[in-house]
Amino acid sequence: MEALFSSLLGNVDWYEIWLATLDTLLMLGGSLLFTIILGLPLGVLLFLSGPRQLFENGPLYAALSFVVNVLRSLPFIILLIVMIPFTVLITGTSLGVAGAIPPLVVGAAPFFARLVETALREVDRGIIEATQAMGATTRQIIFSALLPEARPGIIAAITVTAITLVSYTAMAGVVGAGGLGDLAIRFGYQRFQTDVMVVTVVLLLVLVQVLQSVGDRLVTHFSRK
Amino acid sequence: MIEFHQVHKTYRTGGRDVPALQPTQLEIASGEVFGLIGHSGAGKSTLLRLINRLEEPSGGRILVNGEDVTALDADGLRRFRQRVGMIFQHFNLLMSKTVADNVAMPLRLAGIRSRSEIDARVAALLDRVGLKDHARKYPAQLSGGQKQRVGIARALATEPSILLCDEATSALDPQTTASVLQLLAEINRELKLTIVLITHEMDVIRRVCDRVAVMDAGAIVEQGPVTEVFLHPKHPTTQRFVLEDEAMDESEMHDDFAHVPGRILRLTFQGDSTYKPLLGTVARETGVDYSILSGRIDRIKDTPYGQLTLALIGGDMAAAMTRLQAADVHVEVLR
Ligand SMILES: Nc1ncnc2c1ncn2[C@@H]1O[C@H](COP(=O)(O)OP(=O)(O)OP(=O)(O)O)[C@@H](O)[C@H]1O
Ligand SMILES: [Mg+2]
Repeated sequence: MEALFSSLLGNVDWYEIWLATLDTLLMLGGSLLFTIILGLPLGVLLFLSGPRQLFENGPLYAALSFVVNVLRSLPFIILLIVMIPFTVLITGTSLGVAGAIPPLVVGAAPFFARLVETALREVDRGIIEATQAMGATTRQIIFSALLPEARPGIIAAITVTAITLVSYTAMAGVVGAGGLGDLAIRFGYQRFQTDVMVVTVVLLLVLVQVLQSVGDRLVTHFSRK
Repeated sequence: MIEFHQVHKTYRTGGRDVPALQPTQLEIASGEVFGLIGHSGAGKSTLLRLINRLEEPSGGRILVNGEDVTALDADGLRRFRQRVGMIFQHFNLLMSKTVADNVAMPLRLAGIRSRSEIDARVAALLDRVGLKDHARKYPAQLSGGQKQRVGIARALATEPSILLCDEATSALDPQTTASVLQLLAEINRELKLTIVLITHEMDVIRRVCDRVAVMDAGAIVEQGPVTEVFLHPKHPTTQRFVLEDEAMDESEMHDDFAHVPGRILRLTFQGDSTYKPLLGTVARETGVDYSILSGRIDRIKDTPYGQLTLALIGGDMAAAMTRLQAADVHVEVLR
């Protein structure tokens, strides 16, 4: 059994896989963190400045919307390359985990912001009104009513974004970011080591599954049904 | 006291003007339960929401206890709103917060930090509305009536002097409606709270309101004490509400009575006279006979009233009429 296993996966260097997995997790964690830090306020701003909302502001909404749409329509692979000078500017390198995070964030934050905007729009207007009627400030409306009420939707948005980031990290391998995607391309694709390819793909699949089920569970928990 | 001085409101949507409230003059006394009734789109919600400026008036002045609400700046408006509770048709509770946290919300927003103070207030409020055992539940786990009780507890948290109710019972079944209305009436009595409530059901007005305004097409068409407005309706809209409530159609009624001989009268009793044995006495003294064609004995808030449609036959008709008119009842000759 063990012999069969090792002969089937003869090319697999488990230490290498372990390092690549760690890189992927680091890239994912780092980029998800910054995506939320940037995307959440952007999503709130999109929502508030939108039509018939608290801070309705046509020009601001149109401008934000435009930037978000441009970034979302750019294929990630192009963004990776276009971003290189900027990435070097802020992280000092365009390689490795650090080099991958800025393009990942710029690619994912607009997407996440849109999902946040949608989640906030799902909040019943009546709840905002009731909060206003209590004499809440706009700040209080956002933090005491809007965000808590949209929490299940925002968690679902984080889940979808995290999964999107997993596939982006695999692509980031192309510009030398490392991680499981990089391994799959260098060994699995370029050197025809199918076993390495299969192992990395299975690991990515497991990662996506775990993210999805944790996300779903949190959404159910916070839905308070 | 809430005063409207020539207050009007026009919505502007997509470059089109929608007049929702004609210039309106209105006074609501402190401590009374004031009802607003009208068909859909009559402008009831608009009028109510102008009081705590959820809608900005297009013109006119609104005074609450002498203070010009229309002149308040953002900060003043927030402090004013903390003194005005509001409950809603669909409750508008935060689904993400427990019952206790929903009730605590206005206190937290008002800047009360002390945990023990908040807990004590919340416990007292939940006890008052009969939800002591539900503090840790989420709104999704409650029935409609219970949700509205949470809404009421929340609205009362900052000890407001005014409670605004926008169709607070419209989403509830008749029995639950009755218990929520009773709670409102109790609160009105205990806390000397002014209540302004909107409904399109006569029954709600009859159970709890002291005075009522009938709205139609953005204007108040009739207002006064509930007994007065509903026992002697003058405006066609009011008359329609009264008839709808009695599930009776005037023309249908006249058809039914077409072959009833004699004179047809409608008597309206109010207060103590409701329970006096007037008809029997008059019949005995004047020799007229009567038959009751339709009728209703009920209460308007705390006032008993009766309204009977009768046919009078034979005897000394003139004496009977004089006798009835002299008594403490309102007589209308229908035929
Ligand atoms: N935000 C708004 N924008 C534009 N028009 C509005 C708005 N709110 C209300 N209206 C219009 O104003 C009029 C009065 O509406 P309002 O909500 O005050 O009626 P209502 O008596 O409360 O009716 P209902 O019994 O259906 O609640 C209606 O013609 C309505 O379409
Ligand atoms: Mg309404």
